[in-house]
Amino acid sequence: MTEYNFAYLDEQTKRMIRRAILKGLAIPGYQVPFASREMPMPYGWGTGGVQVSAAVLTPKDTFKVIDQGADDTTNAVSIRTFFQRTAGVATTTATSDATVIQTRHRIPEEPLHEGHILVYQVPIPEPLRFLEPRESETRKMHSLEEYGLMHVKLYEDISRHGHIATSYAYPVKVEGRYVMDPSPIPKFDNPKLGDMAAIQLFGAGREQRIYALPPYTQVVSLDFEDHPFEASKADHPCGMCGATDSYLDELIIDDLGGRMFVCSDTDYCEARQAAGHKGKDAA
Amino acid sequence: MIELKDVSKTFTLHNQGSAVIEVISDVSFAVAPGECVALTGASGAGKSTLMRIIYGNYLTQAGEIRIGGLDIVRSEPRDIIKLRRDVLGYVSQFLRVVPRVPTLDVVAEPLRALGVPTDEAQDRASALLTQLNIPERLWSLSPTTFSGGEQQRVNIARGFAHAYPAMLLDEPTASLDAANREVVLSLIEDAKARGAAIIGIFHDEAARTRVCDREIDVGRFTPGMAA
Amino acid sequence: MTPLLSVQGITKRYGAHIGCADVSFDLYPGEVMGIVGESGSGKSTLLNCMAGHLTPDAGHVVFDTRTDGPRDTITMSEPERRMLGRTDWAFVHQHARDGLRMGVSAGGNVGERLMAVGDRHYGDIRDKAMDWLGRVEIDASRVDDRPRTFSGGMQQRLQIARNLVTGPRLVFMDEPTGGLDVSVQARLLDLLRGLVRDMGLSAIIVTHDLAVVRLLADRLMVMKSGRVVESGLTDQVLDDPQHAYSQLLVSSVLQV
Repeated sequence: MTEYNFAYLDEQTKRMIRRAILKGLAIPGYQVPFASREMPMPYGWGTGGVQVSAAVLTPKDTFKVIDQGADDTTNAVSIRTFFQRTAGVATTTATSDATVIQTRHRIPEEPLHEGHILVYQVPIPEPLRFLEPRESETRKMHSLEEYGLMHVKLYEDISRHGHIATSYAYPVKVEGRYVMDPSPIPKFDNPKLGDMAAIQLFGAGREQRIYALPPYTQVVSLDFEDHPFEASKADHPCGMCGATDSYLDELIIDDLGGRMFVCSDTDYCEARQAAGHKGKDAA
Repeated sequence: MIELKDVSKTFTLHNQGSAVIEVISDVSFAVAPGECVALTGASGAGKSTLMRIIYGNYLTQAGEIRIGGLDIVRSEPRDIIKLRRDVLGYVSQFLRVVPRVPTLDVVAEPLRALGVPTDEAQDRASALLTQLNIPERLWSLSPTTFSGGEQQRVNIARGFAHAYPAMLLDEPTASLDAANREVVLSLIEDAKARGAAIIGIFHDEAARTRVCDREIDVGRFTPGMAA
Repeated sequence: MTPLLSVQGITKRYGAHIGCADVSFDLYPGEVMGIVGESGSGKSTLLNCMAGHLTPDAGHVVFDTRTDGPRDTITMSEPERRMLGRTDWAFVHQHARDGLRMGVSAGGNVGERLMAVGDRHYGDIRDKAMDWLGRVEIDASRVDDRPRTFSGGMQQRLQIARNLVTGPRLVFMDEPTGGLDVSVQARLLDLLRGLVRDMGLSAIIVTHDLAVVRLLADRLMVMKSGRVVESGLTDQVLDDPQHAYSQLLVSSVLQV
């Protein structure tokens, strides 16, 4: 512990990041540039989320990390261990026990509460990037609320697939102002973004951007009048816990085409199984 | 309807030692509605030049040209364009069109420019093309591929599509056979009957005698050519 | 009558070099004006100053807006100017790839301006896009193809559809037929003539091709070294040019 400052980053860096977070909270959905630091892990492994977590963690916090809903993947385990060692904070896999949750690609099934902080790892913060490569131009589009291009992307989806095929990183409009990339969460999670009791912080390390949603923010998924937004999921119950309301991962279980659907949120699934719920594939 | 007062025109050739060529000077005459006036004079006397001056195609250095009350020497381009659209028709010796546009549309265009619906404009164009003996199978083709005589008849059909109150005709009967010449002369007579003021150049003396009320010898306005 | 566009004393310098100097004219509704001159004569600089792509060092570009009447577009706020660029103004680039999104389908390219002004009904947007493809003579079956699969002439026509779909009142064109085959040029010119007439568009066309202005423009401005040396009725300037440079320009064109 003595080798590192609390939560790895030095206090000046954390102050800088906190200022960016506060600005982000003050302007929901607006991408605040920040001086992203080199972290002891490669870009793409959550350096943005780790820096945000480092800046908001206090010694009293209980920390949870999920990767695609799971607490036990390499990425989740290594980040959890990182803060165990550099901040000495308590860690947990139980959503209800955690006060700060760093996540990659999911929002927990269990509702979050006031006082909670959900930190997202963001690969590409700019929702307009795929259609407009110039940063100078996308910034101008945000500042002038020129969002026609975002609908062009959805238009292209429908023209090619007959429906809006974007199934993750589905763009949203925040408080009727900024269009925001919610990070690559499945669009099933989009409705949870709005009106959430917890603070949501988004960190993009390589792209050096932080943005935020304060509690109870209005978040609307973009759509067309004749192609309304739908939060979709695989049309099955969870094979392990039988839940019908959770986002499912599809697992291939043999080379004969056999497959099963299980909750992507491992904590949610395990808690349900512990309470006696049983799916058709449960042992 | 058409009134010229002391009109003079010179060309200054800046790239040939700034040579100044006086073309015509002090032209004054008037043409009343229903009247057809022939411009005569030797080749090079400036008949076509005078006609282009009246059309606003050549810039006039001095004098006044009033057509339907508008002095085109002192008018804005948009007023001259409006005048050409509504009041002043011009049948030149050469047909100038956008390649690939069908003949029927070429003839209907002056009416389309006036806001006449497509169907109505095309009906009028069909009638004129029929009258001028352009076979219907050619109507959908561009006139750029036509023979000289056919092009001239398309040009005339285009010039007569709209009932202009004032018209300029540069050799309208040249290179036409007897039957088509007759059609053109009757078109001119019809235009006079409805009150159009017409200025024409006719080498064809019989035609001139038949449709023109007066002759104006342009030679007398031409410096150095006056007898 | 109020001019649609009133250009007053536009001057743009690039350091010591003059882009264009003290250019003034009024453009009235329905008028098409051509600007000709050799490369470097300042015609493109002038066009970009008028269209808001460049900020002139002096002068005013007053546009008769639908809601507030004449406004100086140089001093209006950038959001207002960009809004004009999506609604009442259109800009046709010489190279279609500068004016199109090459990675977006033809329908998406045409629909973008509609979505930018708030259209949110996919079916309506698509119908309008197909209608416009038809008007610029592109088969509706190509609506989902990307422009990179189109010929140069088709790309240029798609660019025109994309620009005109919101019913602009003023179109800026920078060498719209440049780089196209002669036969394709003729087709495009005919199309533009019809659209200008039927929609009552006003247009400013920059080109060095005198045949283009003769066919499309009512009025002509001849530029040399950043200044306007002559202006007037197109056929009058071409057939009876007054200025030494205009005479040289006209006489330099090969007769065919």
